[in-house]
Amino acid sequence: MEKILEVKDLYVSFHTYSGEVKAVRGVNFDIYKGEVVAIVGESGCGKSVTSQSIMQILPTPPAEYKKGSIIFQGQDLLKKSEKEMQRIRGKDIGMIFQDSMTSLNPTSKIGSQIAEGLVKHQKLSGSAAWNRAVEMLELVGVAQPDRRANQYPHEFSGGMRQRAMIAIALACQPKLLIADEPTTALDVTIQAQILELMKGLQKKLDTSIILITHDLGVVAEMCERVIVMYAGQVIEAGTVNDIFYNSKHPYTKGLLKSIPHTGMDRRESLKSIVGTPPDLFNPPAGCPFYARCERAMKICGDNDPELAEMEKNHYAACWLNHSMALASTAGKEGV
Amino acid sequence: MTNITMDTRSDVSKTRSQPLLQIIGLKKYFNIGGRTLKAVNGLTLDIQQGETVGLVGESGCGKSTAGRTILRMYEPTGGEVLYEGKNIFRYSAGEMKKIRRQMQMIFQDPYASLNPRMNVEDIIGEPLDIHRLAFGAGRKQRISELLQLVGLNPEHMSRFPHEFSGGQRQRIGIARALAMDPKFIVCDEPISSLDVSIQAQVVNLLKDLQKKIGLTYLFIAHDLSMVKYISDRVLVMYLGNMAEFADSDSLYRNPLHPYTRALFSAIPVPNPDLEKKKDRIVLQGDVPSPLNPPSGCVFRTRCPKAMDRCSCQEPEWREVNPGHFVACHLYE
Repeated sequence: MEKILEVKDLYVSFHTYSGEVKAVRGVNFDIYKGEVVAIVGESGCGKSVTSQSIMQILPTPPAEYKKGSIIFQGQDLLKKSEKEMQRIRGKDIGMIFQDSMTSLNPTSKIGSQIAEGLVKHQKLSGSAAWNRAVEMLELVGVAQPDRRANQYPHEFSGGMRQRAMIAIALACQPKLLIADEPTTALDVTIQAQILELMKGLQKKLDTSIILITHDLGVVAEMCERVIVMYAGQVIEAGTVNDIFYNSKHPYTKGLLKSIPHTGMDRRESLKSIVGTPPDLFNPPAGCPFYARCERAMKICGDNDPELAEMEKNHYAACWLNHSMALASTAGKEGV
Repeated sequence: MTNITMDTRSDVSKTRSQPLLQIIGLKKYFNIGGRTLKAVNGLTLDIQQGETVGLVGESGCGKSTAGRTILRMYEPTGGEVLYEGKNIFRYSAGEMKKIRRQMQMIFQDPYASLNPRMNVEDIIGEPLDIHRLAFGAGRKQRISELLQLVGLNPEHMSRFPHEFSGGQRQRIGIARALAMDPKFIVCDEPISSLDVSIQAQVVNLLKDLQKKIGLTYLFIAHDLSMVKYISDRVLVMYLGNMAEFADSDSLYRNPLHPYTRALFSAIPVPNPDLEKKKDRIVLQGDVPSPLNPPSGCVFRTRCPKAMDRCSCQEPEWREVNPGHFVACHLYE
């Protein structure tokens, strides 16, 4: 399979008056052609910062790319000038944001917002781009696309706006689509519509998708591979089956246990993860999950575990998987 | 704090004759530019002492308005709410203030519902001051007890809300609601704005408190898996109307209303194998505007099973199986 994106050892910090926030701390992953990969994690774990780094839309300063590279189609995006990035954004990489109301321009017609990229990147004439925009609206399932293209964002419902945003992101047929919590603001029945639409379009256009979400249900439904982030690092990565049925990291296991599963007795209490994620002004020297981990060992507090391959294509960063961890400790929770 | 420990389940059956709360035909309409928005259009529900009733539906279905009207934070348009047999809508302001001690609320947004300029001691102490329940050292003692009860460190009493995380703030909100020693709490989406690992902490806390002090909850949420887990019985609302009501096991095992079915099938479950096998019902279109609801059954415009009569006749609320109510023409 063709590798289209390679994020290598990425470090991103934000400089604030309170100090340096180390939001992304050494993230590595690859995306292949035509696959849907989820990045999951809690708020503040660096998943959105990672995706915005790929798009290069973080304001610098306060943001700073400290280290690493983002290789897209053989070229390092971190070395591109703003002008060069403008030729990539919207053309080769599309993005869908969580909040469709603030992401669309309220003063511009939906049709014009879709056509904008087509005029800029594909050098279509105004009327050709408009016609294409109407086709795109039809493709994403907006009824009466002719009439709707002439309307403004406030005339669209939340689900419809999200469809319009997908139309904008896919208008130039990008190779990579980054969807940052595309359905978080929507109701479940509307979410089901949008997920269905994204799955259909992904098959039709063979776009690779990075889906950023905190909803493990959405991950199970949409994705082939999963990257779990915690405190600015990738702590586990693998196929959905690896992650859901054979997780190798206590954080991933904890997340899966903290949601009620079908057939659960109401008298049973949920397994919650104690405490809160660490402060990224001053990240701990050892494993970032050390303070919350039930199975922490001596080494975990001192040394940050590396992301190591457990089985083929299944990576985890946890000392429990090391050969020197006692089998009795490591095997205690046979999940 | 009262130290009553009770088995909530046996308690439910004992007091079946006199529910803690009886909501009868509750209506709340808003006037919007001369038009009427029927946010809650006839809600009838009994809540037993010690149980948790879940209230679910999509945004705009009237679930939060229902919760607020039950506590008379909004003046109702019609209907009655009987608390321990007495209609609270007839109460004067003074009587209402007294009864409010027993009926409290936990809000969705732990950022907006705590005054950023007050410290934790004053936030939790405010209801004690208003109701003149504790002063001086007793007040401090009570606040420190409440903080311990919700799992916060009493030493943090002098801190301000911004010094706490989302989950901790929600605990402060819970402590404030508990300050009055209430019997009934409306929880309006108390976990929706929290991260997954923190949601479980707050839900476990709410359940522990229920066991410890015999609280009764109306739990409003859109997260159906969490509602199933926490609730004894669940009411599904759509566009201001009741769609279905049953104990949570039968509702989830055997949903009757086409809307409930679609709602359940739309939840993505964190289980890739099940997801692959699942036959999902995807509803077409959006929820209609509550300012201009469809005639007859309000769900008919999106219902995969709509018949002719659905557009002209409103379905009746009927008990199809014991304790299982539904408003749908398919079950007549």
